[in-house]
Amino acid sequence: MRIGIVCPYSWDVPGGVQFHIRDLAEHLIGLGHEVSVLAPADDDTPLPPYVVSAGRAVPVPYNGSVARLNFGFLSAARVRRWLHDGTFDVIHIHEPTSPSLGLLACWAAQGPIVATFHTSNPRSRAMVAAYSILQAALEKISARIAVSEYARRTLVEHLGGDAVVIPNGVDVDFFARAKPKPEWQGDTIGFIGRIDEPRKGLPVLMKALPKILAERPQTRLLVAGRGDEKEAVESLPAEMRSRVEFLGMISDEDKARFLRSIDLYVAPNTGGESFGIILVEAMSAGAPVLAADLDAFAQVLDQGSAGELFANEDADALATAAVRLLADPERRAGLRERGSAHVRRFDWSTVGADILSVYETVTDGAAAVATDERTGLRARFGLARD
Amino acid sequence: MTATLIWILVGLVAIGLYLSWTAGRLDRLHARIDAARAALDAQLLRRASVTQELATSGVLDPAASIVLYEAAHAARQAEEEQREVAESELSQALRAVFGETQQVEVVRQVPGGEEAAGELAQAVRRVPMARRFHNDAVRAARALRRHRKVRWFRLAGHAPFPMAFEMDDEPPTALADRPTT
Repeated sequence: MRIGIVCPYSWDVPGGVQFHIRDLAEHLIGLGHEVSVLAPADDDTPLPPYVVSAGRAVPVPYNGSVARLNFGFLSAARVRRWLHDGTFDVIHIHEPTSPSLGLLACWAAQGPIVATFHTSNPRSRAMVAAYSILQAALEKISARIAVSEYARRTLVEHLGGDAVVIPNGVDVDFFARAKPKPEWQGDTIGFIGRIDEPRKGLPVLMKALPKILAERPQTRLLVAGRGDEKEAVESLPAEMRSRVEFLGMISDEDKARFLRSIDLYVAPNTGGESFGIILVEAMSAGAPVLAADLDAFAQVLDQGSAGELFANEDADALATAAVRLLADPERRAGLRERGSAHVRRFDWSTVGADILSVYETVTDGAAAVATDERTGLRARFGLARD
Repeated sequence: MTATLIWILVGLVAIGLYLSWTAGRLDRLHARIDAARAALDAQLLRRASVTQELATSGVLDPAASIVLYEAAHAARQAEEEQREVAESELSQALRAVFGETQQVEVVRQVPGGEEAAGELAQAVRRVPMARRFHNDAVRAARALRRHRKVRWFRLAGHAPFPMAFEMDDEPPTALADRPTT
Protein backbone atom coordinates (compact mmCIF):
# COMPACT_ATOMS: atom_id res chain seq x y z
CA MET A 1 0.00 0.00 0.00
CA ARG A 2 1.27 3.52 -0.73
CA ILE A 3 0.77 5.60 2.39
CA GLY A 4 1.33 9.32 2.86
CA ILE A 5 1.63 10.63 6.40
CA VAL A 6 1.39 14.32 7.25
CA CYS A 7 3.20 15.55 10.35
CA PRO A 8 2.12 19.03 11.51
CA TYR A 9 5.09 19.82 13.76
CA SER A 10 8.75 20.42 12.98
CA TRP A 11 10.64 17.17 12.45
CA ASP A 12 13.78 18.56 14.11
CA VAL A 13 12.00 19.34 17.39
CA PRO A 14 11.40 16.28 19.57
CA GLY A 15 7.79 15.72 20.53
CA GLY A 16 5.22 13.02 21.14
CA VAL A 17 3.45 13.38 17.80
CA GLN A 18 6.73 13.35 15.86
CA PHE A 19 7.95 10.19 17.65
CA HIS A 20 4.62 8.52 17.05
CA ILE A 21 4.81 9.28 13.33
CA ARG A 22 8.44 8.13 13.11
CA ASP A 23 7.66 4.81 14.79
CA LEU A 24 4.50 4.32 12.74
CA ALA A 25 6.34 5.02 9.47
CA GLU A 26 9.15 2.63 10.36
CA HIS A 27 6.71 -0.05 11.46
CA LEU A 28 4.76 0.21 8.19
CA ILE A 29 7.95 0.21 6.10
CA GLY A 30 9.03 -2.90 8.00
CA LEU A 31 5.79 -4.56 6.87
CA GLY A 32 6.65 -3.76 3.25
CA HIS A 33 4.47 -0.72 2.65
CA GLU A 34 5.67 2.37 0.82
CA VAL A 35 5.54 5.30 3.19
CA SER A 36 6.28 8.98 2.67
CA VAL A 37 6.09 11.47 5.53
CA LEU A 38 5.55 15.17 4.81
CA ALA A 39 6.90 17.23 7.68
CA PRO A 40 8.10 20.75 8.33
CA ALA A 41 11.89 20.80 8.63
CA ASP A 42 14.76 23.18 8.06
CA ASP A 43 16.25 22.55 4.66
CA ASP A 44 19.66 21.67 6.09
CA THR A 45 18.56 19.17 8.77
CA PRO A 46 19.36 15.56 7.90
CA LEU A 47 16.13 13.64 7.35
CA PRO A 48 15.45 9.91 7.15
CA PRO A 49 14.88 8.78 3.53
CA TYR A 50 11.11 8.51 3.96
CA VAL A 51 10.64 12.13 5.09
CA VAL A 52 9.88 14.92 2.62
CA SER A 53 10.45 18.44 3.88
CA ALA A 54 7.60 20.93 3.56
CA GLY A 55 9.87 23.85 4.29
CA ARG A 56 10.73 25.70 7.46
CA ALA A 57 8.14 26.05 10.16
CA VAL A 58 7.49 29.53 11.51
CA PRO A 59 7.27 30.03 15.27
CA VAL A 60 3.99 31.69 16.17
CA PRO A 61 2.15 31.96 19.45
CA TYR A 62 -0.69 29.46 19.30
CA ASN A 63 -2.85 27.86 21.96
CA GLY A 64 -0.94 29.21 24.93
CA SER A 65 2.56 28.34 23.81
CA VAL A 66 4.84 29.05 20.86
CA ALA A 67 4.18 26.51 18.14
CA ARG A 68 6.18 26.05 14.99
CA LEU A 69 3.68 25.89 12.17
CA ASN A 70 3.58 25.85 8.40
CA PHE A 71 1.13 27.93 6.42
CA GLY A 72 0.96 30.25 3.49
CA PHE A 73 1.19 29.96 -0.23
CA LEU A 74 4.55 28.17 -0.46
CA SER A 75 3.64 25.46 2.00
CA ALA A 76 0.31 24.90 0.26
CA ALA A 77 2.15 24.49 -3.05
CA ARG A 78 4.53 21.95 -1.52
CA VAL A 79 1.62 19.98 -0.09
CA ARG A 80 -0.02 19.87 -3.50
CA ARG A 81 3.16 18.73 -5.20
CA TRP A 82 3.72 16.01 -2.58
CA LEU A 83 0.14 14.76 -3.05
CA HIS A 84 0.51 14.83 -6.80
CA ASP A 85 3.88 13.03 -6.93
CA GLY A 86 3.02 10.51 -4.25
CA THR A 87 -0.11 8.95 -5.83
CA PHE A 88 -0.99 7.55 -2.41
CA ASP A 89 -3.67 4.96 -1.72
CA VAL A 90 -4.40 6.68 1.53
CA ILE A 91 -3.11 9.73 3.40
CA HIS A 92 -2.94 9.86 7.16
CA ILE A 93 -3.07 13.38 8.63
CA HIS A 94 -2.08 14.00 12.22
CA GLU A 95 -3.69 16.85 14.16
CA PRO A 96 -5.86 18.09 11.28
CA THR A 97 -7.22 20.95 13.38
CA SER A 98 -3.87 22.62 14.03
CA PRO A 99 -3.35 25.49 11.58
CA SER A 100 -0.42 23.80 9.90
CA LEU A 101 0.32 21.14 7.29
CA GLY A 102 -2.51 18.93 8.50
CA LEU A 103 -5.19 21.45 7.67
CA LEU A 104 -3.47 22.38 4.39
CA ALA A 105 -3.35 18.74 3.34
CA CYS A 106 -7.01 18.37 4.24
CA TRP A 107 -7.85 21.29 1.99
CA ALA A 108 -5.72 20.12 -0.90
CA ALA A 109 -6.52 16.42 -1.03
CA GLN A 110 -9.44 14.25 -1.99
CA GLY A 111 -9.85 10.52 -1.65
CA PRO A 112 -9.35 8.28 1.35
CA ILE A 113 -8.13 10.47 4.23
CA VAL A 114 -7.47 9.14 7.71
CA ALA A 115 -6.87 11.59 10.55
CA THR A 116 -5.52 11.10 14.06
CA PHE A 117 -6.50 13.53 16.83
CA HIS A 118 -3.79 13.59 19.49
CA THR A 119 -4.69 16.48 21.73
CA SER A 120 -7.66 16.90 23.97
CA ASN A 121 -7.54 20.67 24.30
CA PRO A 122 -10.50 22.35 25.84
CA ARG A 123 -12.43 24.26 23.23
CA SER A 124 -10.43 27.28 22.16
CA ARG A 125 -11.92 30.53 20.97
CA ALA A 126 -10.11 30.31 17.66
CA MET A 127 -11.64 26.90 17.05
CA VAL A 128 -15.13 28.28 17.60
CA ALA A 129 -14.50 31.18 15.24
CA ALA A 130 -12.98 28.94 12.58
CA TYR A 131 -15.61 26.23 13.02
CA SER A 132 -17.34 26.64 9.68
CA ILE A 133 -14.06 26.81 7.79
CA LEU A 134 -12.73 23.80 9.65
CA GLN A 135 -15.90 21.84 9.10
CA ALA A 136 -15.62 22.13 5.33
CA ALA A 137 -12.10 20.70 5.48
CA LEU A 138 -12.77 18.09 8.16
CA GLU A 139 -15.75 16.73 6.25
CA LYS A 140 -13.31 15.21 3.80
CA ILE A 141 -11.80 12.92 6.41
CA SER A 142 -13.16 9.43 5.87
CA ALA A 143 -11.91 7.95 9.12
CA ARG A 144 -11.05 9.59 12.41
CA ILE A 145 -8.80 8.07 15.02
CA ALA A 146 -8.53 9.35 18.59
CA VAL A 147 -5.57 8.29 20.74
CA SER A 148 -7.66 7.76 23.87
CA GLU A 149 -11.26 7.61 25.01
CA TYR A 150 -10.65 11.04 26.53
CA ALA A 151 -9.41 12.52 23.25
CA ARG A 152 -12.40 10.96 21.51
CA ARG A 153 -14.81 12.60 23.94
CA THR A 154 -13.25 16.03 23.35
CA LEU A 155 -13.45 15.47 19.61
CA VAL A 156 -17.12 14.49 19.75
CA GLU A 157 -17.99 17.47 21.95
CA HIS A 158 -16.15 20.03 19.82
CA LEU A 159 -16.52 18.84 16.27
CA GLY A 160 -19.36 16.32 16.41
CA GLY A 161 -19.16 12.99 14.65
CA ASP A 162 -17.32 10.01 15.96
CA ALA A 163 -13.89 8.37 15.98
CA VAL A 164 -12.36 4.98 16.69
CA VAL A 165 -9.90 4.79 19.56
CA ILE A 166 -6.47 3.45 18.69
CA PRO A 167 -3.83 4.14 21.35
CA ASN A 168 -0.33 5.33 20.62
CA GLY A 169 2.15 2.56 19.99
CA VAL A 170 5.24 1.56 21.93
CA ASP A 171 7.96 -0.92 21.05
CA VAL A 172 7.36 -2.96 24.20
CA ASP A 173 10.25 -5.37 23.69
CA PHE A 174 12.76 -2.54 23.30
CA PHE A 175 11.97 -1.48 26.87
CA ALA A 176 11.47 -4.99 28.24
CA ARG A 177 14.90 -6.12 26.99
CA ALA A 178 16.94 -3.12 28.22
CA LYS A 179 19.66 -3.83 30.82
CA PRO A 180 19.26 -2.15 34.21
CA LYS A 181 22.06 0.21 35.26
CA PRO A 182 23.39 -0.52 38.80
CA GLU A 183 23.90 3.12 39.75
CA TRP A 184 20.21 3.84 39.13
CA GLN A 185 19.06 0.92 41.28
CA GLY A 186 18.24 0.67 44.97
CA ASP A 187 15.33 2.67 46.40
CA THR A 188 15.00 5.01 43.46
CA ILE A 189 12.03 7.02 42.28
CA GLY A 190 12.09 8.07 38.62
CA PHE A 191 10.66 11.06 36.82
CA ILE A 192 10.99 11.88 33.12
CA GLY A 193 9.83 15.17 31.64
CA ARG A 194 10.52 18.84 31.20
CA ILE A 195 11.67 20.22 34.55
CA ASP A 196 10.44 23.76 33.92
CA GLU A 197 7.01 22.78 32.58
CA PRO A 198 4.65 22.93 35.60
CA ARG A 199 2.07 20.74 33.83
CA LYS A 200 4.54 17.86 33.93
CA GLY A 201 4.17 18.09 37.68
CA LEU A 202 7.70 18.08 39.08
CA PRO A 203 6.75 20.79 41.66
CA VAL A 204 4.10 18.44 43.09
CA LEU A 205 6.68 15.69 43.43
CA MET A 206 9.15 18.12 45.06
CA LYS A 207 6.48 19.07 47.58
CA ALA A 208 5.91 15.42 48.41
CA LEU A 209 9.60 14.53 48.60
CA PRO A 210 10.34 15.74 52.21
CA LYS A 211 7.59 13.43 53.49
CA ILE A 212 8.93 10.49 51.53
CA LEU A 213 12.48 11.15 52.74
CA ALA A 214 11.30 11.48 56.35
CA GLU A 215 9.98 7.91 56.17
CA ARG A 216 12.65 6.45 53.91
CA PRO A 217 15.85 8.56 54.06
CA GLN A 218 17.74 6.20 51.75
CA THR A 219 15.42 7.03 48.81
CA ARG A 220 16.83 8.85 45.78
CA LEU A 221 14.87 10.78 43.18
CA LEU A 222 16.24 10.55 39.63
CA VAL A 223 15.06 13.24 37.23
CA ALA A 224 15.60 13.02 33.47
CA GLY A 225 14.67 15.99 31.34
CA ARG A 226 15.57 19.48 30.27
CA GLY A 227 15.26 22.56 32.45
CA ASP A 228 16.77 24.65 35.22
CA GLU A 229 17.98 22.22 37.90
CA LYS A 230 18.71 24.84 40.59
CA GLU A 231 15.25 26.33 40.34
CA ALA A 232 13.65 22.88 40.59
CA VAL A 233 15.17 22.06 43.99
CA GLU A 234 14.67 25.55 45.47
CA SER A 235 11.61 24.50 47.45
CA LEU A 236 13.51 21.64 49.12
CA PRO A 237 15.39 22.00 52.45
CA ALA A 238 19.13 22.27 51.70
CA GLU A 239 20.07 18.94 53.30
CA MET A 240 17.64 17.05 51.10
CA ARG A 241 18.87 18.46 47.79
CA SER A 242 21.58 15.82 47.53
CA ARG A 243 18.88 13.12 47.34
CA VAL A 244 17.81 14.47 43.94
CA GLU A 245 19.94 13.59 40.92
CA PHE A 246 19.50 15.29 37.58
CA LEU A 247 20.45 13.30 34.47
CA GLY A 248 19.56 15.94 31.87
CA MET A 249 18.24 14.82 28.50
CA ILE A 250 18.76 11.09 28.01
CA SER A 251 18.84 8.99 24.85
CA ASP A 252 16.17 6.40 24.02
CA GLU A 253 18.48 3.57 25.09
CA ASP A 254 19.23 5.26 28.41
CA LYS A 255 15.55 5.95 28.91
CA ALA A 256 14.81 2.24 28.59
CA ARG A 257 17.63 1.33 30.99
CA PHE A 258 16.48 4.07 33.36
CA LEU A 259 12.94 2.69 33.46
CA ARG A 260 14.29 -0.85 33.91
CA SER A 261 16.38 0.24 36.89
CA ILE A 262 14.08 2.34 39.06
CA ASP A 263 11.83 0.99 41.83
CA LEU A 264 8.95 3.37 41.21
CA TYR A 265 7.98 5.64 38.34
CA VAL A 266 6.00 8.72 39.38
CA ALA A 267 3.91 10.70 36.87
CA PRO A 268 2.58 13.73 38.78
CA ASN A 269 1.32 15.55 35.64
CA THR A 270 -1.36 18.07 36.49
CA GLY A 271 -3.17 18.22 33.15
CA GLY A 272 -2.97 18.65 29.42
CA GLU A 273 -2.30 14.96 28.76
CA SER A 274 -4.40 13.13 26.23
CA PHE A 275 -2.61 9.80 26.36
CA GLY A 276 0.46 9.23 28.55
CA ILE A 277 2.93 7.32 26.42
CA ILE A 278 5.55 7.53 29.18
CA LEU A 279 3.37 5.37 31.44
CA VAL A 280 3.20 2.71 28.75
CA GLU A 281 6.97 2.87 28.35
CA ALA A 282 7.47 2.56 32.11
CA MET A 283 5.14 -0.44 32.27
CA SER A 284 6.88 -2.02 29.27
CA ALA A 285 10.18 -1.76 31.15
CA GLY A 286 8.51 -3.33 34.18
CA ALA A 287 8.57 -0.23 36.38
CA PRO A 288 5.70 0.06 38.89
CA VAL A 289 3.79 3.24 38.09
CA LEU A 290 2.25 5.80 40.42
CA ALA A 291 0.37 8.46 38.46
CA ALA A 292 -1.99 11.39 38.95
CA ASP A 293 -5.60 10.39 38.37
CA LEU A 294 -6.06 12.32 35.10
CA ASP A 295 -8.69 10.79 32.81
CA ALA A 296 -6.10 9.83 30.23
CA PHE A 297 -3.76 8.23 32.78
CA ALA A 298 -6.57 6.33 34.48
CA GLN A 299 -7.45 4.82 31.12
CA VAL A 300 -3.88 3.82 30.27
CA LEU A 301 -3.52 2.25 33.72
CA ASP A 302 -6.80 0.36 33.31
CA GLN A 303 -8.53 2.43 36.04
CA GLY A 304 -5.76 1.71 38.52
CA SER A 305 -5.32 -2.04 38.12
CA ALA A 306 -2.07 -1.84 36.12
CA GLY A 307 -0.60 1.00 38.17
CA GLU A 308 -1.57 3.10 41.17
CA LEU A 309 -3.34 6.46 40.99
CA PHE A 310 -3.30 9.37 43.41
CA ALA A 311 -5.51 12.47 43.62
CA ASN A 312 -4.21 15.03 41.12
CA GLU A 313 -1.96 17.79 42.61
CA ASP A 314 -2.27 16.26 46.10
CA ALA A 315 1.34 16.05 47.31
CA ASP A 316 0.35 14.32 50.57
CA ALA A 317 -1.53 11.59 48.76
CA LEU A 318 1.46 11.14 46.44
CA ALA A 319 3.86 10.87 49.41
CA THR A 320 1.68 8.36 51.26
CA ALA A 321 1.26 6.16 48.20
CA ALA A 322 4.96 6.33 47.32
CA VAL A 323 6.07 5.38 50.85
CA ARG A 324 3.60 2.51 50.95
CA LEU A 325 4.73 1.17 47.58
CA LEU A 326 8.46 1.50 48.32
CA ALA A 327 7.99 -0.46 51.55
CA ASP A 328 6.00 -3.23 49.87
CA PRO A 329 8.08 -5.24 47.36
CA GLU A 330 5.28 -7.76 46.88
CA ARG A 331 2.81 -5.13 45.77
CA ARG A 332 5.42 -3.73 43.38
CA ALA A 333 6.09 -7.16 41.93
CA GLY A 334 2.34 -7.55 41.41
CA LEU A 335 2.16 -4.20 39.61
CA ARG A 336 5.16 -5.13 37.46
CA GLU A 337 3.49 -8.34 36.39
CA ARG A 338 0.09 -6.80 35.65
CA GLY A 339 1.70 -3.81 33.91
CA SER A 340 3.75 -6.03 31.60
CA ALA A 341 0.68 -8.03 30.60
CA HIS A 342 -1.44 -4.89 30.18
CA VAL A 343 0.98 -3.06 27.83
CA ARG A 344 0.81 -5.77 25.16
CA ARG A 345 -2.19 -3.96 23.69
CA PHE A 346 -0.02 -0.88 23.14
CA ASP A 347 2.68 -2.78 21.27
CA TRP A 348 3.23 -1.70 17.68
CA SER A 349 2.24 -5.18 16.45
CA THR A 350 -1.29 -4.57 17.79
CA VAL A 351 -1.54 -0.83 17.20
CA GLY A 352 -0.02 -1.06 13.70
CA ALA A 353 -2.48 -3.81 12.74
CA ASP A 354 -5.37 -1.64 13.92
CA ILE A 355 -4.15 1.37 11.95
CA LEU A 356 -3.73 -0.79 8.85
CA SER A 357 -7.29 -2.06 9.39
CA VAL A 358 -8.47 1.53 9.26
CA TYR A 359 -6.48 2.15 6.05
CA GLU A 360 -7.91 -0.97 4.44
CA THR A 361 -11.46 -0.12 5.53
CA VAL A 362 -11.35 3.31 3.89
CA THR A 363 -9.50 2.25 0.76
CA ASP A 364 -11.82 -0.70 0.05
CA GLY A 365 -13.07 0.13 -3.41
CA ALA A 366 -12.13 3.81 -3.20
CA ALA A 367 -9.97 5.65 -5.73
CA ALA A 368 -6.46 6.78 -4.83
CA VAL A 369 -5.72 10.11 -3.20
CA ALA A 370 -5.45 13.03 -5.60
CA THR A 371 -5.21 16.76 -5.38
CA ASP A 372 -8.62 18.34 -5.06
CA GLU A 373 -9.21 20.16 -8.33
CA ARG A 374 -12.11 22.48 -7.73
CA THR A 375 -15.01 21.48 -9.92
CA GLY A 376 -15.52 23.90 -12.79
CA LEU A 377 -18.64 26.03 -12.61
CA ARG A 378 -20.01 24.63 -15.85
CA ALA A 379 -19.67 21.05 -14.65
CA ARG A 380 -21.45 21.98 -11.48
CA PHE A 381 -24.36 23.55 -13.31
CA GLY A 382 -24.43 20.51 -15.55
CA LEU A 383 -24.65 18.43 -12.39
CA ALA A 384 -27.43 20.59 -11.05
CA ARG A 385 -29.57 20.02 -14.13
CA ASP A 386 -29.90 16.24 -13.91
CA MET B 1 -29.08 53.55 -10.85
CA THR B 2 -26.55 51.53 -12.86
CA ALA B 3 -24.28 51.43 -9.80
CA THR B 4 -27.05 49.83 -7.73
CA LEU B 5 -27.73 47.35 -10.53
CA ILE B 6 -24.06 46.42 -10.70
CA TRP B 7 -23.94 45.91 -6.95
CA ILE B 8 -27.01 43.71 -7.05
CA LEU B 9 -25.43 41.70 -9.86
CA VAL B 10 -22.16 41.31 -7.92
CA GLY B 11 -24.13 40.19 -4.88
CA LEU B 12 -26.05 37.63 -6.90
CA VAL B 13 -22.88 36.22 -8.44
CA ALA B 14 -21.28 35.95 -4.99
CA ILE B 15 -24.32 34.13 -3.63
CA GLY B 16 -24.29 31.86 -6.69
CA LEU B 17 -20.64 30.98 -6.18
CA TYR B 18 -21.23 30.26 -2.51
CA LEU B 19 -24.19 28.01 -3.27
CA SER B 20 -22.21 26.23 -5.96
CA TRP B 21 -19.39 25.61 -3.48
CA THR B 22 -21.87 24.29 -0.91
CA ALA B 23 -23.37 21.98 -3.52
CA GLY B 24 -19.87 20.66 -4.20
CA ARG B 25 -19.35 19.99 -0.51
CA LEU B 26 -22.62 18.13 -0.30
CA ASP B 27 -21.82 16.12 -3.40
CA ARG B 28 -18.52 15.05 -1.88
CA LEU B 29 -20.23 14.08 1.37
CA HIS B 30 -22.71 11.91 -0.48
CA ALA B 31 -19.85 10.21 -2.30
CA ARG B 32 -18.15 9.64 1.06
CA ILE B 33 -21.31 8.06 2.48
CA ASP B 34 -21.56 5.73 -0.53
CA ALA B 35 -17.95 4.63 -0.13
CA ALA B 36 -18.34 4.18 3.64
CA ARG B 37 -21.53 2.17 3.14
CA ALA B 38 -19.83 -0.08 0.59
CA ALA B 39 -16.96 -0.64 3.03
CA LEU B 40 -19.40 -1.42 5.84
CA ASP B 41 -21.29 -3.91 3.66
CA ALA B 42 -18.01 -5.57 2.73
CA GLN B 43 -16.97 -5.91 6.38
CA LEU B 44 -20.38 -7.26 7.45
CA LEU B 45 -20.34 -9.78 4.64
CA ARG B 46 -16.81 -10.82 5.53
CA ARG B 47 -17.80 -11.35 9.14
CA ALA B 48 -20.83 -13.45 8.20
CA SER B 49 -18.75 -15.55 5.77
CA VAL B 50 -16.00 -16.29 8.29
CA THR B 51 -18.63 -17.21 10.87
CA GLN B 52 -20.37 -19.51 8.43
CA GLU B 53 -17.08 -21.18 7.52
CA LEU B 54 -16.32 -21.78 11.17
CA ALA B 55 -19.82 -23.10 11.81
CA THR B 56 -19.59 -25.64 9.00
CA SER B 57 -15.99 -26.68 9.66
CA GLY B 58 -16.89 -29.02 12.53
CA VAL B 59 -14.41 -27.41 14.90
CA LEU B 60 -17.11 -26.26 17.29
CA ASP B 61 -19.62 -28.40 19.14
CA PRO B 62 -22.88 -29.02 17.22
CA ALA B 63 -24.98 -26.66 19.32
CA ALA B 64 -22.61 -23.72 18.87
CA SER B 65 -22.28 -24.56 15.17
CA ILE B 66 -26.04 -24.41 14.66
CA VAL B 67 -26.39 -21.13 16.56
CA LEU B 68 -23.60 -19.51 14.54
CA TYR B 69 -24.77 -20.94 11.23
CA GLU B 70 -28.32 -19.72 11.77
CA ALA B 71 -27.23 -16.22 12.74
CA ALA B 72 -24.72 -15.90 9.92
CA HIS B 73 -27.19 -17.21 7.37
CA ALA B 74 -29.89 -14.82 8.57
CA ALA B 75 -27.48 -11.88 8.44
CA ARG B 76 -26.49 -12.66 4.87
CA GLN B 77 -30.04 -13.19 3.62
CA ALA B 78 -31.68 -10.32 5.51
CA GLU B 79 -33.77 -7.77 3.63
CA GLU B 80 -32.58 -4.18 3.88
CA GLU B 81 -35.14 -3.34 6.63
CA GLN B 82 -34.20 -6.36 8.73
CA ARG B 83 -30.47 -6.00 8.18
CA GLU B 84 -29.63 -4.09 11.37
CA VAL B 85 -31.52 -6.57 13.54
CA ALA B 86 -30.01 -9.62 11.81
CA GLU B 87 -26.47 -8.29 12.08
CA SER B 88 -27.02 -7.43 15.76
CA GLU B 89 -28.20 -10.99 16.35
CA LEU B 90 -25.04 -12.29 14.71
CA SER B 91 -23.01 -10.13 17.11
CA GLN B 92 -24.94 -11.60 20.02
CA ALA B 93 -24.44 -15.16 18.76
CA LEU B 94 -20.71 -14.57 18.37
CA ARG B 95 -20.54 -13.14 21.88
CA ALA B 96 -22.43 -16.13 23.26
CA VAL B 97 -20.11 -18.64 21.57
CA PHE B 98 -16.79 -16.84 21.96
CA GLY B 99 -17.41 -15.38 25.40
CA GLU B 100 -14.74 -17.63 26.92
CA THR B 101 -11.05 -17.64 26.03
CA GLN B 102 -11.02 -21.47 26.08
CA GLN B 103 -13.44 -21.63 23.15
CA VAL B 104 -11.09 -19.47 21.07
CA GLU B 105 -8.16 -21.68 22.13
CA VAL B 106 -10.05 -24.78 20.93
CA VAL B 107 -10.45 -23.19 17.50
CA ARG B 108 -6.78 -22.15 17.41
CA GLN B 109 -5.58 -25.67 18.13
CA VAL B 110 -7.06 -27.42 15.09
CA PRO B 111 -5.13 -27.29 11.79
CA GLY B 112 -5.92 -24.02 10.03
CA GLY B 113 -7.71 -22.80 13.14
CA GLU B 114 -5.13 -20.12 13.87
CA GLU B 115 -5.96 -18.36 10.61
CA ALA B 116 -9.70 -18.81 11.06
CA ALA B 117 -9.57 -17.31 14.55
CA GLY B 118 -7.39 -14.48 13.26
CA GLU B 119 -9.80 -13.74 10.43
CA LEU B 120 -12.77 -13.72 12.77
CA ALA B 121 -10.96 -11.46 15.25
CA GLN B 122 -10.14 -9.08 12.40
CA ALA B 123 -13.70 -9.13 11.12
CA VAL B 124 -15.30 -8.40 14.49
CA ARG B 125 -12.81 -5.59 14.99
CA ARG B 126 -13.42 -4.00 11.60
CA VAL B 127 -17.21 -3.98 11.62
CA PRO B 128 -17.44 -1.38 14.43
CA MET B 129 -14.74 0.67 12.70
CA ALA B 130 -16.53 0.71 9.35
CA ARG B 131 -19.83 1.46 11.03
CA ARG B 132 -18.37 4.37 12.96
CA PHE B 133 -16.85 5.85 9.80
CA HIS B 134 -20.16 5.44 7.97
CA ASN B 135 -22.21 7.06 10.71
CA ASP B 136 -19.69 9.88 10.99
CA ALA B 137 -20.15 10.66 7.29
CA VAL B 138 -23.94 10.46 7.69
CA ARG B 139 -23.83 12.92 10.57
CA ALA B 140 -21.72 15.40 8.61
CA ALA B 141 -24.06 15.22 5.61
CA ARG B 142 -27.15 15.58 7.80
CA ALA B 143 -25.71 18.63 9.54
CA LEU B 144 -25.12 20.31 6.20
CA ARG B 145 -28.47 19.25 4.72
CA ARG B 146 -30.41 20.66 7.62
CA HIS B 147 -28.97 24.07 6.85
CA ARG B 148 -31.37 26.71 5.51
CA LYS B 149 -29.40 27.42 2.34
CA VAL B 150 -29.44 23.76 1.39
CA ARG B 151 -33.16 23.34 2.03
CA TRP B 152 -34.27 26.58 0.36
CA PHE B 153 -32.23 26.10 -2.77
CA ARG B 154 -32.71 22.32 -2.86
CA LEU B 155 -28.98 21.79 -3.20
CA ALA B 156 -29.26 18.13 -2.22
CA GLY B 157 -31.28 17.38 -5.37
CA HIS B 158 -32.97 14.00 -5.26
CA ALA B 159 -30.40 12.29 -3.04
CA PRO B 160 -32.22 10.41 -0.25
CA PHE B 161 -31.82 11.71 3.30
CA PRO B 162 -28.86 9.71 4.70
CA MET B 163 -29.64 7.19 7.43
CA ALA B 164 -27.22 5.96 10.08
CA PHE B 165 -26.65 2.22 10.41
CA GLU B 166 -27.56 1.28 13.95
CA MET B 167 -26.63 -2.12 15.28
CA ASP B 168 -25.06 -3.93 18.22
CA ASP B 169 -21.47 -4.48 17.10
CA GLU B 170 -19.81 -5.20 20.44
CA PRO B 171 -17.13 -7.82 19.69
CA PRO B 172 -16.76 -10.96 21.86
CA THR B 173 -14.31 -10.23 24.70
CA ALA B 174 -12.20 -13.30 24.07
CA LEU B 175 -11.53 -12.22 20.48
CA ALA B 176 -10.80 -8.58 21.22
CA ASP B 177 -8.40 -8.39 24.17
CA ARG B 178 -7.80 -4.68 23.79
CA PRO B 179 -9.72 -1.45 24.33
CA THR B 180 -12.67 -1.87 22.02
CA THR B 181 -14.37 1.50 22.11
